[in-house]
Amino acid sequence: MIDRTVAPSFGQVENIELLKARPIVLGNGLKVFSIAGGEQDLVRIEFIFENIAYTALKPLQAYATNTMLNDGTSELSSSEIADKIDYYGAFLQTDFSNDQSSVTLYSLNKHLSATLPIVKAVISDSIFPQVELDTFIRNQKQKLSVNLEKNDFLSRKIFNSVLFGNTLYGYDTRAEDYDKLTRDQLQEYFSMAYQPENCTVVISGKVTDAALTLIDQLFGASWKGGKVISPNSFNFYRGSGQEHYVEKPEALQSAIRLGKVSINRAHSDFPGFQVLNTILGGYFGSRLMANIREDKGYTYGIGSALVSMKNAGYFFIASEVGAEVCSSAIDEIHKEIEILKTQEVSGQELGLVRNYMLGSMLGGLENAMSHADKFKNIYFSGLGYDYYQNYIKTVKTITPQELLALAKKYLDWAELEKVIVGKKS
Amino acid sequence: MVSFERFTLDNGLRVLVHEDPTTPMAVLNILYDVGARDENPDQTGFAHLFEHLMFGGSINIPSYDEPLQRVGGENNAFTSNDITNYYITLPAVNLETAFWLESDRMLSLAFSEKSLEVQRNVVSEEFKQRYLNQPYGDVWLKLRPLAYKDHPYKWATIGKSLKHIEDATIDDVKAFFKKHYNPANAIMVVGGDVQLEEVKRLSEKWFGNIPAIGKSQRNLPAELPQTEARIETVKANVPLDAIYKVFHMPARTDAGYYSADLISDILSRGNSSRLFRNLLKDQKLFSDINAYLTGSLDAGLFVVEGKPLPGISMETAEAAIWAELDRVKSELVSEQELTKVKNKMESTMVFSEMSLLDKAMNLAYFELLGDADQLNSETGKYLAVSAEEIQKQAQSIFRKENSSTLYYLAN
Repeated sequence: MIDRTVAPSFGQVENIELLKARPIVLGNGLKVFSIAGGEQDLVRIEFIFENIAYTALKPLQAYATNTMLNDGTSELSSSEIADKIDYYGAFLQTDFSNDQSSVTLYSLNKHLSATLPIVKAVISDSIFPQVELDTFIRNQKQKLSVNLEKNDFLSRKIFNSVLFGNTLYGYDTRAEDYDKLTRDQLQEYFSMAYQPENCTVVISGKVTDAALTLIDQLFGASWKGGKVISPNSFNFYRGSGQEHYVEKPEALQSAIRLGKVSINRAHSDFPGFQVLNTILGGYFGSRLMANIREDKGYTYGIGSALVSMKNAGYFFIASEVGAEVCSSAIDEIHKEIEILKTQEVSGQELGLVRNYMLGSMLGGLENAMSHADKFKNIYFSGLGYDYYQNYIKTVKTITPQELLALAKKYLDWAELEKVIVGKKS
Repeated sequence: MVSFERFTLDNGLRVLVHEDPTTPMAVLNILYDVGARDENPDQTGFAHLFEHLMFGGSINIPSYDEPLQRVGGENNAFTSNDITNYYITLPAVNLETAFWLESDRMLSLAFSEKSLEVQRNVVSEEFKQRYLNQPYGDVWLKLRPLAYKDHPYKWATIGKSLKHIEDATIDDVKAFFKKHYNPANAIMVVGGDVQLEEVKRLSEKWFGNIPAIGKSQRNLPAELPQTEARIETVKANVPLDAIYKVFHMPARTDAGYYSADLISDILSRGNSSRLFRNLLKDQKLFSDINAYLTGSLDAGLFVVEGKPLPGISMETAEAAIWAELDRVKSELVSEQELTKVKNKMESTMVFSEMSLLDKAMNLAYFELLGDADQLNSETGKYLAVSAEEIQKQAQSIFRKENSSTLYYLAN
């Protein structure tokens, strides 16, 4: 008979091999990175543009430009673009983040010569037809009105605004800003930002020579830029750690979001802080989950994260909790932070977190596209692959004393902004 | 193409093995053939609540998550109206830990009162977070009982009401486990950097001596054909009016499923689709409009939902939806448009093969449908659908007397 009370023996993850990006520079200076791997005959090609020239007078300019890229070029209407992309079974998406605007194509290799020229047209020849802009404004305002009814959405919006103020990171979306959008603004931003000097291309999947040749033909010497670029650069004031409460009398649950501006990936404490964050709220077995969900049953989920952006990082804890236990939940979060700052984590718990984080990193490298994501993390933070060597070393060797010091340094309860949308008990 | 080997233990547990040496990871996926449709009408939401309790410790192992995380693994689960599916991903070198954990909870749970009490609260909060405290969150709590009068699809996986969850007792939990959680009612898929012989050895070692209990027979009431259009109107604190229209359609294993799925793609997949192009972009009637299938094992629903723009009456919006549905009934879809949706389907299948977990889940699901190898003929079935079949299917689905409509109006 087997003894089911005894766990099978196990090992720690020893080697994590990253597929490294191969750099290629085209005739016009365009930087291309290739991460090749996988059996499926397809690729993902990302065109990533830095967000530039942010002004609070036109807060939606960059976002609207990015979202409307597939709404028409001088040769193709929005329906023709959609027809071609869909006909070849491809996916073309635009993504706007705090730091970057991207256009991403997913395509089978066999159709690349039909799909990639559409991307070329979209990033070099978009015309933003007025009728499409009208539709965009109308529908975005409708969507915003629905989102504003969600406590979680509101809490995020307030939180960003409190932390990052009058910058792109802190922009608090308002319906009337949509009405202020004009074609001129979009064309202005398009000509400034969407040029090869401001672009990085990342291709991943089964990258063939034919695909690279096609990229060179379409986006090499024939794609002209040359305009001056002024990258976004933001500074933030240290907050005063206040409570920001929006009462919703009908709420069954309250959305809670607590946090502060913090370090980003380029800081040497970042990997250690990630270990600390994992212990607190970064995985299913974390202290916040164990206490507030699995012991008290106050919530369906609670978590914390450390987010890295170009001009800052931030740390936050978020949950939606029963309105009647809102204050108790916040008290428990406070307790967990104090414990992190006053008591050393046990060897037992730290060992578990080390193994969990290494397994999670290994599992996160499923295909060439996930390896490409790892590359983007370091590349856009100005770091090299040694970052991951250091990260793995930190996860394997950080001590309870070092974690205690990090908690004291970065987790001051009084400094956390405390956003609550719903009802306090 | 997803290759696999299959064997069955003496106690009835079916095991599928998918070797994929390109990853250092392994997946262990167990599908239990039980979902919300198997619940007692007075105890709805139970299959899903039970899924939560599966993480509350088993007979020999007090904590499920902790030992898994200790070996670098992650896990989760989901419950639908048809199935309950549990999965683990972990470094392949630690595969045996997954066998140890999954076999012990198939053998028996700890049935802790504390776990039941906490998970009742957690599920109640989930109910609030996803269904009650969200704009339009309760739509499916209203649509299901409108569309289904006989079949247990008339309640949602989360349950009819919070009360059913709050009333669950430990005896209910034990009875549910006994009936549904046994080897013959499960399909296990092990995939990744694993070898068939080793999986056989581990399966025998950890699952082989779990007692066989006969598979419980399912005898669900079939939904009687609908004979007249159903309409319900609700008012709620939402910013925009919305319309939901659902039609009965063929079951997942019915040949007609494939043509119905392609119809939903013609109507709603991608920016070139008809509803998006015609009703949202050109006619400017909706800010949001979609069509999709519930995809359930028994006869499911074809869903069209949209939010009309301000100033557009519900009558105008509804007439526009019908005009598009009628067009699929009256005109043959062009060769070009049919090829387009088939191409998209084909590339989607290729993309889904990039994820080990997706492959494992799909193998388990298709094995439940009858034969895991059907996963590999799925694309062919879509490619074989003709324009005439699409038209015929549309004529059969899009009938007023086969429809249920929910007007969800802003206060």
